[in-house]
Amino acid sequence: MMNLYVLATLILYVASFALYIWNLREPSKNVGLGATGCLIAGLVLHYCALLDRSRMIHAVPYDDVYGSLSLFAWLLAATYLGLEAIHRRRSVGPFVLPIVISVFLLAHASRVPSVKPPPAQGPLFAFHVTLNILAYSAFALSFVLSVIFLIQDRRLREHKLGIVGWRFPALDVLERMTRSSVLVGCASLALGMTAGFIWAHRLLGRYWDGDPKVIITVLILAIYIAYTFLARTAAWRGARASILCTLNFMFVIFSYSIVNRYLSHFHRYF
Amino acid sequence: MEIVLIGLSHKTATVELRERVAFTAEQACQAADQLRSRGILEETLVLSTCNRSELYGVPSEIAINSSGAVELFLASFHQLAPGELDSSLYRHRDAHAVRHLFRVAGGLDSMLLGEAEILGQLREAYRIALDHGATGPVLNRMFQSALEVGKRIRSETEVGTRPVSVAFAGVKLAERIFGKLDTHSALIIGAGATSEQVVRHLCDRGIKQLRVLNRTARHAEDLASRFGGQAAPWESLESALEWPDLIVTSVAGSDPVLTRPMLERAMANRGNRTLLLIDLGVPRNVAANADGLYNTYLYNIDDLTEIVEQNKKAREAEIPRAEVIIEEQIEKFMHWQAGVAAGAVVGDLRAKLAGEREVFLRERLASMSHLSEQDRAQIGTLLEEFVDRVVLNPAERLRGIPELRRKLQNLEAVRDLFRLDRDKP
Repeated sequence: MMNLYVLATLILYVASFALYIWNLREPSKNVGLGATGCLIAGLVLHYCALLDRSRMIHAVPYDDVYGSLSLFAWLLAATYLGLEAIHRRRSVGPFVLPIVISVFLLAHASRVPSVKPPPAQGPLFAFHVTLNILAYSAFALSFVLSVIFLIQDRRLREHKLGIVGWRFPALDVLERMTRSSVLVGCASLALGMTAGFIWAHRLLGRYWDGDPKVIITVLILAIYIAYTFLARTAAWRGARASILCTLNFMFVIFSYSIVNRYLSHFHRYF
Repeated sequence: MEIVLIGLSHKTATVELRERVAFTAEQACQAADQLRSRGILEETLVLSTCNRSELYGVPSEIAINSSGAVELFLASFHQLAPGELDSSLYRHRDAHAVRHLFRVAGGLDSMLLGEAEILGQLREAYRIALDHGATGPVLNRMFQSALEVGKRIRSETEVGTRPVSVAFAGVKLAERIFGKLDTHSALIIGAGATSEQVVRHLCDRGIKQLRVLNRTARHAEDLASRFGGQAAPWESLESALEWPDLIVTSVAGSDPVLTRPMLERAMANRGNRTLLLIDLGVPRNVAANADGLYNTYLYNIDDLTEIVEQNKKAREAEIPRAEVIIEEQIEKFMHWQAGVAAGAVVGDLRAKLAGEREVFLRERLASMSHLSEQDRAQIGTLLEEFVDRVVLNPAERLRGIPELRRKLQNLEAVRDLFRLDRDKP
């Protein structure tokens, strides 16, 4: 059963989503502030829900669908909020919030597993998990931004900006936002993986054990680093880089779903 | 405290008539002085732009048919025959006058819906009248509210945001691609009137670098020098394409100035950096087959005209939202004005009752010689308290509660009831 924190968080996220859409259709300072305000309030309550769970299991909630996806949704919303604060643009909100809400619902609609301490604990492990999920959130954000870039690019090319087209961030801004997100993702993933390798060495006596999850994560880091280089080259800059970024995210989804569920030996969260 | 407005605009008068009824700043001050010295208006403000001449005022207490007097004055001030303006003038009073001003401030009454220039003109007209001492509390409040309305409409609605000229639409389009233009560069091919409009908008939007190319170098130099850009020789056209983010072309000629091979070479040399091409030439200056080059966006005059038409419709669709803001602000202003009017009535009532009390006490206490001075003073105090409780406290409520004023509808009834003559202390 949903606890009060979860229910209130859901209501605030949905309210924030509705206000972001309203603000996109009819821009207004108050509606925009309301959307951001609801998101901040939702993040605070969502954090309380995560904290609740963490206290019960004495670890970062990661070991099940409930914890892992909920943490992912929280970090995605938090990363978006950071991006909104830096670039002072709210028009991306209507595209990010549905993902946040869907992931949050997916996490909390499933049966909440019984409370039991996960097999791995400790600050280094918490660091490893949090940074890796933060990286996935940042990549999810770069995916959304790339999709918006491609839509806006197409509208501009076809001379059909429409009402909403005038309210989206400029292509240049979208590109910079995407690159910022990918950089945050790459840095988080590199640090998170390093923490994971050290932790694995402490636990197993070796850094690398050939787990498919580790292999796919290294591959994800490599393709996103490749994106950051290619996006600045003559042949790739613009729409091609955005397509590449969109495709890269498919690997993240693959890693988060198929690899976690069926292929990994000890990264099987659910 | 009434408010009157007499005026004419592009909607009611021809440009010839508008020219004859226009006021310079100096004339506006002269008109204000004359209207006040003749006892027609107590407060005056003249708003005169190329599209309208309007006279706002608060009639003096003694003025009879102030609107008619202002109309006659307007005609005589501009040496027109009485009645010559009759069919072109509009006349508004009180809330209707306030609504008209707020619509003007919001750009809803402008020839180009939502244009921003009127707000600056209104601010300037108010500043001149204020500095000259022609305004008073009512017009000060009214024009400050109007400026607030103008700002709110521009920030909270899209009545004024979307470009409705081809030149501005091109520049706004550039902002959809590059964001702020203060880190970007533009190349203008052609130095005619259309190019100048684009350059003006680009400079307003803070373009970082500007270069002008024209077949007649002197015209390019002239345009570039006026806007802080650089002129380049026509022969350098192909190499110049490698440099800017935005290229605007507007030159005469039957053949395209920019061909696909030229643009392909330029894109290769510039490392496929994004390029926006705005072709304002008729016949077109950019070859039609150049459309679709990677990382280039090509817009011709028809594309921009279509955007302008869409934007005009979008601006019109925003009018109801602007009207809501106007009604909100009218409500606030009328509330304030009614409060001030009620305050004046309460003040007069207090003075009147104080005088009546003094006379009453003097008459009644004259025959009561047995009372000490202390007793007399106490009776005076009691009577004062009684009057306050019975009459003045309700009057204060009248000043503070709009609903009560609405029920009374006309404060003049209170004046008549208590014989509160305006011209007597």
